[in-house]
Amino acid sequence: MIEFQNIQKKFGKQQVLKSIDLKLEEPAIYAILGPNGSGKTTLIKSLMGMVKINEGKISFNGKTLAGDDYRKQISYLPQIARFPENLSANEFFSLIENLRGPAQRKQEAIKWFGVEEFLDKTLRNLSGGMRQKINLVSCLMYDSPIVVLDEPSIGLDPVAMIALKKWILEERAKGKHILLCSHLMDLVQELADEVIFLMNGVVHFKGNIQKLLEETGAHNLESAIAQFLISKKPSHAQSI
Amino acid sequence: MLKVFKYSFLDLMRNRWTLGYFLFFAFSTFGLLYLSGDSSKVVISTMNIIILLVPLVSLIYGQMYLYQVRDYVEILLAQPISRQAIFGGYYLALASALSISLLLGLCIPILIVQPEGFVANGWLSLLAISAILTFVFIGIACNLVLRFDNRLKGFGVGLFVWLFLAIIYDGLILVVMLLFENYPLENASLILTLLNPIDAGRVLLIFQLDYSALMGFTGAVFAKFFGTLVGSVVLTFGFGMWLFIPLMQLMRKAKRKDF
Amino acid sequence: MSRYVVIYVIVLGWIVTAQARELEVGSQRAVTSLKEALKIAQDGDILCVDPGTYTPDTVLIIDKSIKLYAQGEVHIKAAEGQGIFEIRADSVSIVGFHLSDVGRSYIKDLSAIWVDYSKHFEISHNKILNCFFGVFCTKSSNGIIRHNVVKSNAEEEHSSANAIHLWYCKKIRIENNLAQQHRDGIYLEFVDSSVIRYNVSTQNLRYGLHFMFSHNNEYAYNVFKTNGSGVAVMFSRHITMHKNHFLNNWGDAAYGLLIKEIYDATLSDNLFYKNTTGVFAEGSSRVAMKDNVFDSNGWAIKMRGNSAKNEISYNSFVGNSFDIATEAKKEENLYHHNYWDDYSGYDLDRDGVGDVPHRPVNLFSYLVSRVDESILLLRSSFVQVLNMAEKVTPALTPVSLVDEQPLMRSPH
Repeated sequence: MIEFQNIQKKFGKQQVLKSIDLKLEEPAIYAILGPNGSGKTTLIKSLMGMVKINEGKISFNGKTLAGDDYRKQISYLPQIARFPENLSANEFFSLIENLRGPAQRKQEAIKWFGVEEFLDKTLRNLSGGMRQKINLVSCLMYDSPIVVLDEPSIGLDPVAMIALKKWILEERAKGKHILLCSHLMDLVQELADEVIFLMNGVVHFKGNIQKLLEETGAHNLESAIAQFLISKKPSHAQSI
Repeated sequence: MLKVFKYSFLDLMRNRWTLGYFLFFAFSTFGLLYLSGDSSKVVISTMNIIILLVPLVSLIYGQMYLYQVRDYVEILLAQPISRQAIFGGYYLALASALSISLLLGLCIPILIVQPEGFVANGWLSLLAISAILTFVFIGIACNLVLRFDNRLKGFGVGLFVWLFLAIIYDGLILVVMLLFENYPLENASLILTLLNPIDAGRVLLIFQLDYSALMGFTGAVFAKFFGTLVGSVVLTFGFGMWLFIPLMQLMRKAKRKDF
Repeated sequence: MSRYVVIYVIVLGWIVTAQARELEVGSQRAVTSLKEALKIAQDGDILCVDPGTYTPDTVLIIDKSIKLYAQGEVHIKAAEGQGIFEIRADSVSIVGFHLSDVGRSYIKDLSAIWVDYSKHFEISHNKILNCFFGVFCTKSSNGIIRHNVVKSNAEEEHSSANAIHLWYCKKIRIENNLAQQHRDGIYLEFVDSSVIRYNVSTQNLRYGLHFMFSHNNEYAYNVFKTNGSGVAVMFSRHITMHKNHFLNNWGDAAYGLLIKEIYDATLSDNLFYKNTTGVFAEGSSRVAMKDNVFDSNGWAIKMRGNSAKNEISYNSFVGNSFDIATEAKKEENLYHHNYWDDYSGYDLDRDGVGDVPHRPVNLFSYLVSRVDESILLLRSSFVQVLNMAEKVTPALTPVSLVDEQPLMRSPH
């Protein structure tokens, strides 16, 4: 169980997270949704320790997350695929392995996302889609109990998309906590077991998609979210 | 920290800019040695290049590289290593890569042209001073990158820091000297000079090369100061502060910063 | 009548010369001691001294016109608290001796050779080692001091004396001597119409050459190297300084040449190399400095404000930290046709003279002469920027010193 207790974060005067309490009890796919600036990324980053929270604590299976070592239990996919430009993909993977220890599923992940053919190319020369694939491999090559994916679908071609979904579902089957941030509602609807809706730093909804659809009376996730936004704060309706 | 250092160092050594930095110093030292032949004159001319360029290149190149690192640093932050290890590693990698290419660029020509001049005429001090300046200004560059998320602002402040320490500071010293012309200024001006790492390096070298005789009575006072234990302690302390404070500040900032 | 007089003089001269005896002194000779030899000698005699070491028990006074020649290595050691020779007659020569061990004294001017009220003396080819004063001349004239080596091991100024010291003398020639490690190498006070040539003066504690109140003298072809502070010429008129080398006079208050209250002098074809200050001129007027080379000095020329009407022309200024230092806002000396290595003008008509005037005193060197401490900024980037700004805007230069016709190439 991942537990967020009274998480508060200010950037300057702006209160980005206002006392967030969340319990992600069962291993499942949790989609974190919300408009721009709602605090999704901040929440994820505070889990990773990249953002230092002002108040509250985060724990996993009853253990408070502190120090640096806990990150061994988390596979994190950053939103933007940027790398040390002068390294090849292979060297980049071994850099990560050097920092974190040997990856359990490196070859498997490389094959899965079709990265073999540009393993030795310098990262500077790769396209956006290729970079995202390398990003995915560097994250998913570790077999860790928590997987955090920030916009995993950016720049992916349909084949890679299908591979990604399949991989995520397999991870769920292994009993992992998977946190997913995405703007693609189709993807969320297809994968997510539970939806967490954040707005202005507050959790406005937590539950499964069925429940969300019932509450809003919408026929799919996209319009449900849209309705949610309109009812809560009309001005943000256009940006999810 | 050593792991980050190792990778970043290799990355930097492969960088064309690092090579260019090396080539620049190699060629200019070669050129100066070839043109003048007198290795003590070459030391002085090289020193002039060094006190101007080493801080500038260290700052700008350091900032450029670190802003690039900022782009992908999340991947590293997601790994089970501390932030001090990450930024300490980058600091060390940058400072040593630049120092090495600078030192090689200075040493190779002199070893080829005048191997016997290598230990004479303050060459070793020149090498030490260029390495120290590199470390100091890489430290400052690291701080600026963590301090300013806006790159333009970061580079702007960096340029100003360089302009201030390399040029404006000396102008201010001169103004102070002229304002207080009628007071004994030896100690005050010496302290002011040693507070600036660029000036401290320059003055140290000038005293090594026996230019102190140009300073007349003042020079004798200064030369005596540098000859004593107090002088060496003050000098070491001055350089130490410039190395230590940016590094401490960097570690503190790295620990607290949100990415 | 006059014819007879001439014949008479010639005959008389022959008789006198024919009467000149040659006296030999040595342990195997009839006369064994120098003192005895000097006692029996008569005017015009020649004393030939056999090789060996002589230790007279008192100073040897020469009060007759005699010539002393050393026949080989003749070593004379001074008696305790005494000098060695004292010349009190005219036409005395001392040639080829090795004199040593004249002790220092704070009361008496003890010297290896003291020449007092003598005319036409010659002191040559002597080796004068470890003596307080080497050659000391007072109220003498028409003498020659040449090919001597005068060397001591002085360490402190107050307890040492000069190698060659002249006081109230006239028409003396000092040539081809080596003066080393004394207080002053060569010292002249109230000495007129004398010539100092081909000497080497080195490692002396104070000055290589030092003279005061001495007029109409010439010194040329000398080398002054690593002395405490070079050469000082003070309170003198009509001095010619020619083809000398002023080398390595480097130190807090050192200079190649100090001229103080000097009028109507010529300083030409000299080399000033690696001196803290090449020429330091104070209160000097009508000095022509021509065809000198100033290389690698701290300051090539320091001109104090009260020096006027000097003419500085056809010199080369190369590799000096500062070429000219002056405090005067309005320049009263004339600079023209010099070569300045930092001149950045052009020569469109190709006549070898730059078309743009050169200002050898930059703002920084002016500031340094105002505030000593500002030398701390030597070679700083700020000063480089200042110099560059000055090239663009000459109005920044506070001093009116200008070379209107700077040479494009060094004439040397």
